[in-house]
Amino acid sequence: MESLAIYVPRLVTTKEYFAPGHRACMGCGEALAVRLVCKALGRNVIIANATGCMEIVSSPLPSTSWEVPWIHTLFENTAAVASGIEAGIKVLSRKGKYTRKTKVIAMGGDGGTADIGFQALSGALERGHDFIYICFDNEAYMNTGIQRSSATPFGASTTTSPAGKVSIGQTRWKKNLPAIAAAHNIPYVATACHSYPFDLMNKIHKAVDVKGPSYIHILSVCPTGWRLPSDLTIRAGRLAVETGIFPLYEVEDDRYTLNLDFPQLRPVEDYFKLQGRFRHLSKETISQIQERVAAEYAKLKQRAARNNY
Amino acid sequence: MTIKRIGMEGSFAIAEAIKLARVEAVAAYPITPQTHIVERLAEFVANGELDAEYIPVESEHSAMSACLGTSAVGSRTFTATASQGLELMHEVLYVASGLRLPIVMTVANRALSAPLSIWTDHSDAMAIRDCGWIQMFAENAQQAFDLMLCAFRIAEDHSVLLPTMVHIDGFYVSHTIESVELLEQEVVDKFLPGYRYPYPLNPDKPVTIGAFGPPFIYTETKKAHESALRGSKKVILQTWREFSKLSGRHYTTVESYKTEDADVLLLCMGSFSETAMMAIDKMQAEGQKVGLIRLRLWRPFPREELRQVVGNAQTLIVFDRALSLGGPPPVCSEIQSALYSLKTRPKIVSFVGSLGGREVSAQGFEDLIRNGVDKAKRGELDEFEMIGVRE
Repeated sequence: MESLAIYVPRLVTTKEYFAPGHRACMGCGEALAVRLVCKALGRNVIIANATGCMEIVSSPLPSTSWEVPWIHTLFENTAAVASGIEAGIKVLSRKGKYTRKTKVIAMGGDGGTADIGFQALSGALERGHDFIYICFDNEAYMNTGIQRSSATPFGASTTTSPAGKVSIGQTRWKKNLPAIAAAHNIPYVATACHSYPFDLMNKIHKAVDVKGPSYIHILSVCPTGWRLPSDLTIRAGRLAVETGIFPLYEVEDDRYTLNLDFPQLRPVEDYFKLQGRFRHLSKETISQIQERVAAEYAKLKQRAARNNY
Repeated sequence: MTIKRIGMEGSFAIAEAIKLARVEAVAAYPITPQTHIVERLAEFVANGELDAEYIPVESEHSAMSACLGTSAVGSRTFTATASQGLELMHEVLYVASGLRLPIVMTVANRALSAPLSIWTDHSDAMAIRDCGWIQMFAENAQQAFDLMLCAFRIAEDHSVLLPTMVHIDGFYVSHTIESVELLEQEVVDKFLPGYRYPYPLNPDKPVTIGAFGPPFIYTETKKAHESALRGSKKVILQTWREFSKLSGRHYTTVESYKTEDADVLLLCMGSFSETAMMAIDKMQAEGQKVGLIRLRLWRPFPREELRQVVGNAQTLIVFDRALSLGGPPPVCSEIQSALYSLKTRPKIVSFVGSLGGREVSAQGFEDLIRNGVDKAKRGELDEFEMIGVRE
């Protein structure tokens, strides 16, 4: 095991395309995820970035963290901008005015993907553009100050879904974006987390090779918004997966694969107790969430099992 | 020079111009009365007559957003919209100009909801007045064809690099069949060579586009934008001069019609100017000293030219086709501000009418001019009047 720990990191390029010196918070899981994604993508990409944490921390004029071509325009239109980039490259390549093989990437947070950019995302997936949409999901509007989004989990306290005397915080279950993306019948959908870097990078490699739209949903731990010590980012990501709250899986042409299966899931409480946003939850609410997580995980396992014969 | 003169809809004339311009990317969402333009372009692409990517987006917001992408990688980009579609694009329009992406767009002007109206007025154009695009008005199908071709050359000029909008009145220009002179492909190719964007998104030379502007630099970026927009007038005039050499058709920023020695001037924008000309002809034949001004260029605003054309006229009647609800009508207030600092200036009378497709006949313009002259004599200059309102 020890020798593996020395050997494995050498498989990854030391070249950085998301340069250090950006202004992300300490322990930012999203910045780590972006860095890993960029390593996996390499230089032959064009990135369209939605307004949000990553845009703000990486691009204050006149400096930039981006060593690959990068464009930010607005909050809700990133999938549409990526559509245009892909179409533009296509016609210019046909006319001999553009020669490099390039993968187009759209990236945004959970608000920019599940809420305000939902329509543009659906449109771009439906039209079949050859691009990867990557959602960096930190489960709330962190850039504006931890407001709830439709990707905020049930029971989480945020600044617009605060826990109070008569409220448990967020009262809706997290919107299932990967399932919605898969419902567009696109060739590749995957979930990933920065706490599993090789799984994450493998999925990016796979998506690069796919012809047509891919959707990758990356759980990105946010110490600031989750009320979590900044040295527990990696552990929190692992616990999200080990509790079954955020399973790592792929959907390839409607075939489901569970990448990391656990004979016994850890109790959700292990994940919750690290985080201030769940601190107020009662035993009853936690067991309600536990039931839901078990049921959803079972559904996913069933789907994956259907492909295994 | 071979000249083809064909009867066709204004929309089709515009589509012909787009084809002749060898546009490489079109992203569009259907909205009346813009539809015939984008339908014809889709046909051109489907038949292989135009080698372009046609992106059938799911909204106007995405139409303009996709145009940001196609333009930022360096492909010649076109879209068209109207009314609610233009409003849905609103925030994206500012990004297109702020990022200096030379997208070209036709707007088939139409009223804004509510109530819903598919018919023409200038409410949509006025609502996006400050978006930092070059904006011009065409009055008929021929002008629409000509100005579209010129728009690409102006927008893509490296000293300009600003998106450009050509306004046409919905239905009156978009759906009316008129006689149009097209140009040969070779002629257009010489006038409008291939497009090279100086800072395209390309892994060979990575650029960051759309970084955010902290307070220490935001003001400077806006100053640069403002200077570029004002500076574009030189290129606009030069482009129109060159275009006149190959087409024989001349364009200026402020067009005058029989204004020599006129004491009374009427100022319009868009297709209704042609109806107004009939009123001017008739009144001049009766010996009245009246003339017509048509604003061709709306942004950058042609203040100097306006002052020249207005000259020593005593009365200037401004006809707006949009309201600025609760404030002065938009075109008139700009005219007033452009003339305010002059030592001698005409009395300015403000009318608003023809909203949501309401007709104004030649007789209507004649009545309006007489009414305006009377109001000027009585000194009723403070309030605008809405014409043709049924009591």
